[in-house]
Amino acid sequence: MDRLVFLLSSGLARGAVLALFALSLVIVWRAARVVNFAQAAMAIAAVYVAFAITAASGSYWLGLIGGLATGALLGAAVEAGLMRRVPHTTPLPGMIVAIGLVMILQSGLSIAFGPQHRTMRPPFSERPFDLGGVPVLSPYELFVLVVAALVMGGLALLFNRTSLGLQLRASAFAPETSRLLGVRVPRMVTVGWMLSVATAALAALLLVPTELGLNPFAADLLFVNAFAVAVIGGLDSPAGALAAGIGVGILSSLVTGYVSASAAPLAVLAVLTAVLLLRPGGLVAAGKARSA
Amino acid sequence: MSTLTVERLTVGYGDGAPVLDGLDLEIADGGIVALLGANGAGKTTLLRALTGLVPARSGRVLLGGADLTGLPTEDRVRRGLALVPEGRGVVAELTVDENLLLGGLWRHRAAARRAAVEEMYDLFEPLARRRGAHGHSLSGGERQMLALARALVARPDVLLLDEPSLGLAPLVVAQLLGVLRETARRTGLTVLLAEQNVTGALSVADRGVVLSLGEAVADRPAAELAAEPALRHAYLGF
Ligand SMILES: Nc1ncnc2c1ncn2[C@@H]1O[C@H](COP(=O)(O)OP(=O)(O)OP(=O)(O)O)[C@@H](O)[C@H]1O
Ligand SMILES: [Mg+2]
Repeated sequence: MDRLVFLLSSGLARGAVLALFALSLVIVWRAARVVNFAQAAMAIAAVYVAFAITAASGSYWLGLIGGLATGALLGAAVEAGLMRRVPHTTPLPGMIVAIGLVMILQSGLSIAFGPQHRTMRPPFSERPFDLGGVPVLSPYELFVLVVAALVMGGLALLFNRTSLGLQLRASAFAPETSRLLGVRVPRMVTVGWMLSVATAALAALLLVPTELGLNPFAADLLFVNAFAVAVIGGLDSPAGALAAGIGVGILSSLVTGYVSASAAPLAVLAVLTAVLLLRPGGLVAAGKARSA
Repeated sequence: MSTLTVERLTVGYGDGAPVLDGLDLEIADGGIVALLGANGAGKTTLLRALTGLVPARSGRVLLGGADLTGLPTEDRVRRGLALVPEGRGVVAELTVDENLLLGGLWRHRAAARRAAVEEMYDLFEPLARRRGAHGHSLSGGERQMLALARALVARPDVLLLDEPSLGLAPLVVAQLLGVLRETARRTGLTVLLAEQNVTGALSVADRGVVLSLGEAVADRPAAELAAEPALRHAYLGF
């Protein structure tokens, strides 16, 4: 029982990070119809900046802000400087460019900072709270959950309640119609990339202190799992990414705890396979035709 | 002040023969102009080229004397041009209300935007009842209404309409054209109305322009065009 509560609570925190990263993939997919394979490398580049700022200033919070800003700028630069120039008639050129970008970013980071893991200290303790003898959620995990909830809530408000969000959604669903209504669609695509990479950077920033530390490949596994989560949720659906992220996080925590750590990826794969077989569009499939 | 001028406009697809070949046209300020022509005459192509959705090979498009030629679609729209495309182009994933708000975003600040949208609900009663409905759940007539209302929210100077009557019952068409005529009279809006429904179009239009083989072969007062059997036979096929 104690073990179950502990595994559930840490699975929740893990799931929140997964959901956040998956959400970032959903945002860029909706904005630009690309699966950004460079998402992890771009996020980690931003984390390096956050690391440097924290090291120089001594403040985790300055680093966090700097990392988010770097993520947004990197998103804008990659979109405007690279992706916009790639032909959009098929998804393939965009994917290939993204994969090329991964190689450049990861080699660049390795050359600049070396391949070793750098320890990133979390701003809060990672020792679980003790609730009547049962270990649940460390303060850091609580922090992760709160930040993830705030950011997801904020993004939901932005997309559903503001006129910028209305334009972002319209551009994603019907670019030509949106242009006919005076929406600056290219700018909306750039904003989509900025939001997406900043969100991914946040997820990576939250993850790194709980893992071995910062190295150029530190978010690769997160990307793989989050990609599975995004597909399970139905690539187009923020709510699907959230639900699938939490679900997969808890599942892999339980499998890790009760079976073994090496079985966890297999469990994720099994869920992915089952979902794709039963509901090829993902849990929250768009359903209706995107004709208009 | 918002005269739409087309100068030697040449438009084609791929490297095929041009669909519009050195077209000259002037749509004077105010009133409704019917754009007629057989299937494939290039009506849709002209409207899309005017808004920059199809690139022109050569020639110019001017609105109120200002050259729109190099501008992207969204900037042409912001200069006062609006297009209700063939097939309506309602954003299916957004609600009626969101579609309307989107139409007015660049034109109005928040409060004025709401007022402009409410005005449209007064004008198109059925839309008011379906504010919260998603675009994909609307009937064909409601979609056409929404597309028209959404264009009007932005208070354009020149409204381009591509076959609004397509697939609609005659009564609905008459209603829409009535609203259009009334709005044009009230606000000084200029309307360029591409139609296969020649009789309907000429009955609300002040002028008629006939496209054939890439050129404007007739440009007359609507009544004259409707009454001239030779013209109808030659270009409109009835
Ligand atoms: N995307 C395209 N690619 C190639 N050719 C096209 C394209 N769109 C239109 N055409 C061609 O251009 C010509 C004019 O078409 P357009 O749609 O402008 O005619 P229209 O006057 O609107 O006809 P309708 O009354 O049937 O709507 C036709 O010969 C058509 O086949
Ligand atoms: Mg047409």
